[in-house]
Amino acid sequence: MKWWAALLTVSAFGQVPFDRIVNSAKEPENWLTYSGTYLGHRYSPLTELTPANVSTLRVKWAYQMDSRAQVSPIVADGVMYVTGPNSAAALDLRTGRPLWKWSRPLPKDYQSIGFGRVNRGPAILDNTIFVATLDCYLVALDAQSGVERWSSKVEDYKVGYSMTLAPLAIRGKVLVGVSGGEAGIRGFVDAYDARTGARAWRFYTIPGPGEAGHNSWSEESWKTGGGSTWVTGSYDPETNTVYWGVGNPGPDWNPDSRPGDNLYTCSLLALDGDTGKLKWHFQFTPHDSHDWDSAHVPILFEADVRGTHRKLVAVANRNAFYYALDRATGEFVAGRPYAKQTWAKGLDDRGRPIVIPGTEPSEQGTLVWPNLNGATVWFSPAYSPKTDLLYVAVREIASIYFKRHAEYQPATFFAGGGEASAPGTPVSGAIRALDAATGQMRWEFPLNSAPWAGVLATGGGLVFSGSDEGNFFALDAKTGKPLWDFQTGGRIAANPISFGIDGSQCVAVAAGTVLYVFGR
Amino acid sequence: MWRCLLLAAIAAAAQAQSDPAVGRKIFESQCALCHGQTGGGGRGPALNRPKLPRAPDDAALRTIISEGIPPDMPASWQLHPSEVMGLAVYVRSLGALTPEVLPGDPTRGARLYESKGCPACHIVSGKGTGFGPELSTVGARRSAAYLKQTVLSPAANLPEGFQYVAVTPASGPATRGIRVNEDSFTIQLKDSAGRFHSFRKSELRELHRLEKESPMPAYAGQLSPAELDDLVSYLAGLKEKS
Repeated sequence: MKWWAALLTVSAFGQVPFDRIVNSAKEPENWLTYSGTYLGHRYSPLTELTPANVSTLRVKWAYQMDSRAQVSPIVADGVMYVTGPNSAAALDLRTGRPLWKWSRPLPKDYQSIGFGRVNRGPAILDNTIFVATLDCYLVALDAQSGVERWSSKVEDYKVGYSMTLAPLAIRGKVLVGVSGGEAGIRGFVDAYDARTGARAWRFYTIPGPGEAGHNSWSEESWKTGGGSTWVTGSYDPETNTVYWGVGNPGPDWNPDSRPGDNLYTCSLLALDGDTGKLKWHFQFTPHDSHDWDSAHVPILFEADVRGTHRKLVAVANRNAFYYALDRATGEFVAGRPYAKQTWAKGLDDRGRPIVIPGTEPSEQGTLVWPNLNGATVWFSPAYSPKTDLLYVAVREIASIYFKRHAEYQPATFFAGGGEASAPGTPVSGAIRALDAATGQMRWEFPLNSAPWAGVLATGGGLVFSGSDEGNFFALDAKTGKPLWDFQTGGRIAANPISFGIDGSQCVAVAAGTVLYVFGR
Repeated sequence: MWRCLLLAAIAAAAQAQSDPAVGRKIFESQCALCHGQTGGGGRGPALNRPKLPRAPDDAALRTIISEGIPPDMPASWQLHPSEVMGLAVYVRSLGALTPEVLPGDPTRGARLYESKGCPACHIVSGKGTGFGPELSTVGARRSAAYLKQTVLSPAANLPEGFQYVAVTPASGPATRGIRVNEDSFTIQLKDSAGRFHSFRKSELRELHRLEKESPMPAYAGQLSPAELDDLVSYLAGLKEKS
């Protein structure tokens, strides 16, 4: 039995206070928050699985979900917590047998405007599981029984607000963001009191009249400016700072009604965890017209930059550029393309893109790389502190962008155009390893098509990810060499995790409607 | 994500106004590439017919325009609901045009189809061999002009996603076949005898994608102009399974 298996016995059915999540690296048999750590690494310190033995992985158990599964589970003290759209379950970690199930009926008039009916995972804090629902409620469930403790209305689903993300639980608070960037919403990041469900703060991603940044919108356009917040952010417990990405401006493909930079769309926000007050922002794509949300998990890490040790935050952006920023100030430190792009000549000294004229959507259609789903999108990158590499699943795909008239009507598609596939242009994908401090590519593993799966890195020197054709696979974290693969039979559009069962390292990923757990 | 965008677009379409002039403009710029300038067909089926089998009513037609027919026909959710409406009205108006009269005799064409050995690779209404694509309804999917070109020079008009592949395993015989499926680690081929072969890419010494090659022989020079017309008129008449 491994030393941490003994720990597991001691802490069985214990609570998961904030401090345990902060120190999650000390109990790698668990996976206590969306990205494994608050720092967004999606990295497991477990070292049992290595390039030498990963070929012996086999399926330990599988769990059938009710619909397309995009869940990144939570593992705590012998129990795995999973979610689907408006549903959750606790599973016995050894067998996958359900211990409890919970669901919430979806209102008949609910509609998803611009995204799938999915859920990307739960959060845990103390003895409570938190679930964000499609009809835009944050629900707290008793971890031992699945009984609902409270539910709080976040916003009105009837005008297009929705939630698909895993909440982020920090000290005493649970944070969520909203989908709806194609429905003319005004986005925000919300924090709720973990015990009562009362809203603690809200930060609107589109500044209102009198607020800084409001003048980056014209007339009434800010009211329907989008700026969704639909992917879980990261958190620096040392400075109590939340890092959260913001989605596209609305209408997506017709920017005529919103001249200006359209703050804080397509930006990264640094918010105070107690108050939601903005510390800084960095806008990746000012005045976006390609639907390039900055809906990514930011990665917090440290590196030597030109002789100085710095705390950084990195984002591989949907717009095909990689960015490393100063974590305390948002200052641009480094950036470069990590995938094919045809819309910008490069980044200037402050990280602002030098846009190539004529790349906006048009009546007759404009061919641009990447497509609207971007060079990468909601699925997570991974960072290994052992290799100092950031691993990202990359989509190499173009599209023809069309611009159309846009008129806002509540609860309807407010997009002003769209995209069509570009016939004759090659489509492919890759897992790329980037030097975290510079974005320089160190290796790549090519994929047959553009992927929808996140990446997991492990302390044993492995990188796991999945393909659109159902391959779940392991690569050597140093070289990208393929070491093991398994055909799951379902499209993989989910983030993998790693944890321990009875002292043995396991890896889980959802594929199609099935959650697979692999072990030796 | 886009599927849902689409549903919203379709829902809104019911309330939108239609304009056939708008529809014609869109058709000629975005649809004609496959369906022909006046809907006579090409890579895609002819639409200048009173009945469209996949679109029995206008709602179904709008759905097909919006969602496409994977993998051949792309979705067009970039279109505004009113544009989809106008396009549907225009496509229906094409059906009122007089259908193209083909030269050639389909009965003689059917005999040629047999005598030239086509059933050795294709199935029509349950009869033949399933190495190549089934042709039971090929006349509903492809225009006469497209069929003619394909018979003369198959490699000039490869279907969407079609790939002819030659592989040399590290051990074992080299194989050629039609790609049946592929993922990042494996590829599956069907050889000319109809046998399936499965390879791990890591175990292949060579993998050649034979772009612009087809296992089907070219019939240019093998058929007289009259025979070609007969064969094409037979194939173009294969619209429904019998």
